[in-house]
Amino acid sequence: MGWDFTVLEAYQQDFIDGFSVTLSASLLALILSLIVGTFVALARISPIRLLQGLGTAYVEFFRNTPLVIQVFFFAMGLPSIGVDISEFAAGALGLSVYTGAFIAEAIRAGIQSVPKGQMEAARSSGMSYMQAMRYVVLPQAFKIVIPPLGNQFVNLVKNSSVLAIIAGGDLLYHADLVYSQIFNVTMVYGFVALLYLVITLPLSYGVNRLERRLARSHT
Amino acid sequence: MDFQQAFSPENILFLLQGFLVTLKVAFFAILFSFIFGILLGISRYSRIPVLSHLSVVYIEVIRNLPLLLIIFFGFFAFREWGLQLPITTSVIVSMTIFTSALVAEIVRSGLNSVDKGLIEAARAQGFTYGQTMIHIILPLGLKRTIPPMVSQFISLIKDTSLAVIISLPEVTHNAQIIYNKHFNATIPLLIIVSLLYFTVNYTLSLTSRRLEQKLVG
Repeated sequence: MGWDFTVLEAYQQDFIDGFSVTLSASLLALILSLIVGTFVALARISPIRLLQGLGTAYVEFFRNTPLVIQVFFFAMGLPSIGVDISEFAAGALGLSVYTGAFIAEAIRAGIQSVPKGQMEAARSSGMSYMQAMRYVVLPQAFKIVIPPLGNQFVNLVKNSSVLAIIAGGDLLYHADLVYSQIFNVTMVYGFVALLYLVITLPLSYGVNRLERRLARSHT
Repeated sequence: MDFQQAFSPENILFLLQGFLVTLKVAFFAILFSFIFGILLGISRYSRIPVLSHLSVVYIEVIRNLPLLLIIFFGFFAFREWGLQLPITTSVIVSMTIFTSALVAEIVRSGLNSVDKGLIEAARAQGFTYGQTMIHIILPLGLKRTIPPMVSQFISLIKDTSLAVIISLPEVTHNAQIIYNKHFNATIPLLIIVSLLYFTVNYTLSLTSRRLEQKLVG
């Protein structure tokens, strides 16, 4: 039960591989879920009833069902109907679909916090709905949305550990491999915990500071 | 595609048995993390020298780690240290360790939202700090924590599915056993399991929204 990390040196490559898969899966999923989230948020606030309904259904369904099931859908469901997909892609897609629902809610809240008069003014000066959204409302909403998006990114980094369940080669997956070689739980998982904290702690701290600064600039 | 075998009465029963395990694990983890989370949140809020510093470190470290890591850690640690605990217990312990930290943060921000003037007024009336806490800060502060607390517990219910990796016999694990035998029923099975989770979680979130409106309005 010691903390002699030199034993881990032999497994250096495992940790490097795992760390980079965790980072790249999180970043890829962040980009994809931003795209999904923006479209779903726009659907939810659109004047078209059908789009509103679809957007709401998306958010409610994916927020209220487990990430693991969504990842399984891509990792096991798709191959069962003959669609081949790598574990990494399945994990990243599952993460994007899931996080997209949370990001959609954050973006919707941001857009709705922009005073209605802004949209009306833009429309009455001749902009179309999409133009007003693109050039007037979204840029203002962006500022408000940044802290919750930061929080979602922290969650993404943590949640990317589901890749371990489908043998996706992330940090936690490699931790499991190393553990099965040296059977020292405090050392292996303690070290891996440190590697996660290296990413998540500075991010959380930054998000917190931003939140406080924005709160002050509003009063 | 032949789904009939995959959806035999036995298999459906097997899924529901798994869902009972899911609910049981979630129930105890919610109960314990509610208790520990409130205690942790109060001790962070209270600014009692050593205690509040320890709470800060615990909360910040734990909530920035993946829950799956803590589930692995709990599972292997118990075995390594020779504790013969059922998997159910190890999952409940891991989930409590993780969710307490998140509940504590919710509690702290609830307590922080209580108007400072009210606290000063209570103290000026001759209330001790403890009395102010029990009669003023806690009742007002905790009321505001209900909606975020419920969504935290919804996350917990969803996250019990992570324990599939250590073969906790919950609903996701049982579904996996069935579709390993009936490969082409994988997607329908995943949809059924999603609907089970959805029913419970959506009901909870609707109830919490209604409760929130009642408390605010």
